[in-house]
Amino acid sequence: MTLWSLIVLAAFTTITYLMARGKALKLRDASGSGLLHSLPNYHGSYSAVLVFLFGLLIALAVPMFMPIGNWISPVATAAVCAVVGYFSYSKINLTLRARNRFEEISLYILVACSIVAVLTTVGIFASIALESFRFFSEINPLQFLFGSKWAPTGEPASFGFIPLLGGTLLITTIAIVVATPLGLFSAIYMAEYARRDVRRFLKPLLELLAGVPTVVLGFFAALTVAPFIRHAGESFGLVVASESALAAGLVMGMMIVPLISSLSDDIINAVPQSLRDGSYAMGATKSETITRVVLPAALPGIVSAIMLAVSRAIGETMIVVMAAGLAANLTINPLAAVTTITVQIATLLVGDQEFDSAKTLSAFALGFVLFFITLALNYFALRFVQKYKEQYD
Amino acid sequence: MTDTLLKDDKIFLAKRYSAERRFKFYGGAALAITTAFLLFLLLDICRKGIPAFIEHHVNLPVLIDSTKVDASDPASGDFEGIVKAALRAQFPDVTDRVEKKKLVGILSQSASSDLRRAVINNPKLIGQTITSSLLLSDNADLYLKGAEGDEKIASLDTLRSKNMIESRFAWRFFTNGDSREPEQAGILGALIGSLLTVAIALSLGLPLGVAAAVYLEQFARKNGWTDLIEVNINNLAAVPSIIFGLLGLAIFLNVFGLPRSAPLVGGLVLALLVLPTIIIAARAALRAVPPSIKEAALGVGASQQQAVLHHVLPLALPGILTGAILGLARAFGETAPLLMIGMVAFIADVPHGFTDAATVLPVQVFLWSDLPEIAFQSKTAAAIMVLIVVLFALNAIAIYLRRKFERRW
Repeated sequence: MTLWSLIVLAAFTTITYLMARGKALKLRDASGSGLLHSLPNYHGSYSAVLVFLFGLLIALAVPMFMPIGNWISPVATAAVCAVVGYFSYSKINLTLRARNRFEEISLYILVACSIVAVLTTVGIFASIALESFRFFSEINPLQFLFGSKWAPTGEPASFGFIPLLGGTLLITTIAIVVATPLGLFSAIYMAEYARRDVRRFLKPLLELLAGVPTVVLGFFAALTVAPFIRHAGESFGLVVASESALAAGLVMGMMIVPLISSLSDDIINAVPQSLRDGSYAMGATKSETITRVVLPAALPGIVSAIMLAVSRAIGETMIVVMAAGLAANLTINPLAAVTTITVQIATLLVGDQEFDSAKTLSAFALGFVLFFITLALNYFALRFVQKYKEQYD
Repeated sequence: MTDTLLKDDKIFLAKRYSAERRFKFYGGAALAITTAFLLFLLLDICRKGIPAFIEHHVNLPVLIDSTKVDASDPASGDFEGIVKAALRAQFPDVTDRVEKKKLVGILSQSASSDLRRAVINNPKLIGQTITSSLLLSDNADLYLKGAEGDEKIASLDTLRSKNMIESRFAWRFFTNGDSREPEQAGILGALIGSLLTVAIALSLGLPLGVAAAVYLEQFARKNGWTDLIEVNINNLAAVPSIIFGLLGLAIFLNVFGLPRSAPLVGGLVLALLVLPTIIIAARAALRAVPPSIKEAALGVGASQQQAVLHHVLPLALPGILTGAILGLARAFGETAPLLMIGMVAFIADVPHGFTDAATVLPVQVFLWSDLPEIAFQSKTAAAIMVLIVVLFALNAIAIYLRRKFERRW
């Protein structure tokens, strides 16, 4: 029914705009030029924005407090719109400073829109913190953070976070080991060696890889890469789990390559040409210039790019949900099955949720930890650049 | 003396040059590996998915027995019996019960419902013998596509040798909702769900994002409050998407009491998810417009807002649009947060509104990839192909727009 309220709202806003502008036009024509303070459009916009704001308030507030009654909300919206519209219409005269008032209101609207981002952060923090608090009132936080057994459905249930952290770090390490050389060398090639036309072709290609949804990569990891690794491992006589950490890590690494390469590409391009020219003038070859001049200058940025990539890998969900296991093993063997923080959040919250059981609430505690790990990584990535960045010019 | 020095120099130089070549080769190789991965991924998906666009039918003479279908009420007729009888008529020597059961097992359940629909539309068919093309079951379909490892299905070989098997393009894949039977499952429900969800996400995220960007870039004074908003947006851009799912679950579902599995909630969550992407892109686009343009407008008497609205914003529009399309692509391919708010249930009906239970295309991929039937594997890959075609098209539009309107001042 909110949809009907919104339709009513849109109709009233349009009608108010047209009527108010019409009245202003008539006033202007009757009074001769220059006497009307604001342009007729602004009189229309001012009345319309008032109608829209009050109507929107009613259209959203009524269903929230009175969930019953299908027709109440549209009718209430229409009534409020009509009243506000009538008053603002009747106020229109030659001296009304409609433009200034409209601009004042629209500035407030812009501010409100930019506050949504802050509210989102507050909402995220509040929601996960509250549920985590409920979880920690049942489970000792120390037991959660340092426990070495994760079995939320076991009898008795135990919530030790260490195996999940271990699994997450194992897969992330594999991903970073794959992605860093590939991404960095791609960036170096594109920034320093590739011709312009080759670059124009390669850059969108990497963007395409970045645009592949993670659920697709997860499918690929689970159905193509994991069986391949298993067969390859078995032919060497190795025991490979069908949901090995290696498969998930490899594919996740490929997912991160575009991130590292595009960030590093920008950073390498930002190194001033004069540094390169100086190096060439000393007789250095291109690769010597890159490894001894360009990369050291770009190092803070590259390190921060890798930190961002780590945070991305830790928070990645679908690849590990589909290709990594559910069993919480604490191991550093990449051929074994491990589970990650995100996998556990997803499996605990898919299906029936009971918000009074520690099992469901533990997902929020995991989310809390995940939120802080990624936040810290991003913070340090930013600080690192600020601290060690060379200032040229 | 000079000769040996020269020789050493030459060797040294040769080493340095070969190091240079090696280094360049590493760069090329890294790009080649990445490109090869992308190509292999796409080819593998296509190889798996293309068979799902083909379905097999058997053309049989079917007697619409008037004792089994009442002309006054064709809907309740025993069409299953009719279809089975038609198939058995082809194999009169099959008498064993187990064999008979196996024989009718090659038909899909939808064979009888397709026939029922045809008869309801045209009741004159009752009593006649018509040539009807009946959909085969997933196992029969796989057998005909040459799946290895299955035992021989003699009846299908016989039908094929009689030229009664027909393969067609599986329009059903685009016109059906989800189903437990692989041969009847389609992506229409998920596609509509995706459209509804993304429509909500974009219609909220785009105005909010552009307004926030305009404020921060054009009107905000530099102070602690603006810094706070800025840091916030950068952090939000890096928050894992699954956390947004937790937000949706705890706030939109538990506090506001919005319906589970609804595109409305999915759209709200995705709007918040793409908000930072849109803000950052829009700010970059606004920053790229030279300040002289705004100053010229101010100089001839425009107000601050008129200068921004009439001059700066139109020039930044292509960049903003590019950002919006990339945000759209991100929302369209996102899965994890939607799992948290219950868009992951089996839903056979095509959703009709923003509050109906629905699923989206990436989640459909996730759901199908989990199912044990082999036929669903190829359905999954086919759904991925549709998903990727849409996403690549969106990305291509973004890249095209950027190239076309890229402007140096």
